[in-house]
Amino acid sequence: MLVYLNRNTGSTAPERWKAKVTQRETITVTVQRGSAATGQQAQEFQVPAYESQTVLDVVSWIQQNTDPTLTYRFACRVGMCGSCAMMVNGVPRWTCRTHVKKVLKDQRIDIAPLRNLPVLKDLAVDMDPFFDKWVAAEGRHHPTAGREEPIPAINPEAQNRQVASAGIECINCSICYAACDTVANDPDYLGPAALQRAWTLYNDAKDADRSAILDAVSGKGGCHSCHSMGSCTTYCPNGLDPLSAIAGLKRATTRRFFGGGA
Amino acid sequence: MTAFHLYMAQRLSALVMAPFVLVHLGVMIYAIQGGLTAAEILGRTQGSLFWFLFYGMFVIAVALHAALGLRVILAEWAGLRGGVLNGVSTAIGLGLLGLGAHAVWAVTAGGGA
Repeated sequence: MLVYLNRNTGSTAPERWKAKVTQRETITVTVQRGSAATGQQAQEFQVPAYESQTVLDVVSWIQQNTDPTLTYRFACRVGMCGSCAMMVNGVPRWTCRTHVKKVLKDQRIDIAPLRNLPVLKDLAVDMDPFFDKWVAAEGRHHPTAGREEPIPAINPEAQNRQVASAGIECINCSICYAACDTVANDPDYLGPAALQRAWTLYNDAKDADRSAILDAVSGKGGCHSCHSMGSCTTYCPNGLDPLSAIAGLKRATTRRFFGGGA
Repeated sequence: MTAFHLYMAQRLSALVMAPFVLVHLGVMIYAIQGGLTAAEILGRTQGSLFWFLFYGMFVIAVALHAALGLRVILAEWAGLRGGVLNGVSTAIGLGLLGLGAHAVWAVTAGGGA
């Protein structure tokens, strides 16, 4: 139960406040605690329910009011930074933009660290494998011009540009990576986000090495490992479509195989 | 042989198999109308270069396609990696090829068209 203090007088809250607090419903929240070294165990918390409340609010409430040792990661709280993704009732979600009412089942929520990534502690995972695979997928810019040369104009209506633009709003939250069963079964698989990044660069008129991108996504664990199950597209919180991006890479590599060029 | 080449080999073998499967099923349904004996089948296939090439290529495509498909399942579901994965999937491919080639030879060799 919460006890509100009157900030001006230091006395306890008026009776009507107390009544309000004691009547407040609570949510039973199960949080996976521990690290890879200790193993994870579920711990249950009672958290007061509010009219407007996100899953991140719930985790923050536990950390601020019940157990300050609870470890989790967040930054912007508005769905831009991609830091706060967790498994909520077994499904990867951006917790800052997931309303509790949307996921509440029998007044309960289960919260766990993101799937397919090593757990550092509690709800914080090691994102290194995720970002290492961006690099492995050649997800970096290959410039067409030096800094002294004029910046070439880009036509936003061009077909390639539109294909590239469809994938550039990725916030690196790793939800697609956590949702992907191929990642779960094949540790070498680059994953949807890295491959989508490669696809946006492949379609970028300012990228000078399309062949290097196709080489990078054609190796072990490349785009051809994808089974087109589509969990990435289903769970992407930004409504992106990595599944189609990966299909695009498969088409591009096949075209090159038959002599169509990169 | 890169992952991409294995991918292409599986897709191309599927492409080859598609018409073979349709002709195989179509001929089977057509040929059994009014009953068919083993002797009648062998009478048509033995000594036929066409059916030897048809089922010969079919068997090669099946061996390749099935072995590559199972290779992925063995890697993802059974956790096989490296030499063990390649060894087991090659053995599956060669086994299918051997069994299939034996059957093709049995129904198309000998006799006279």
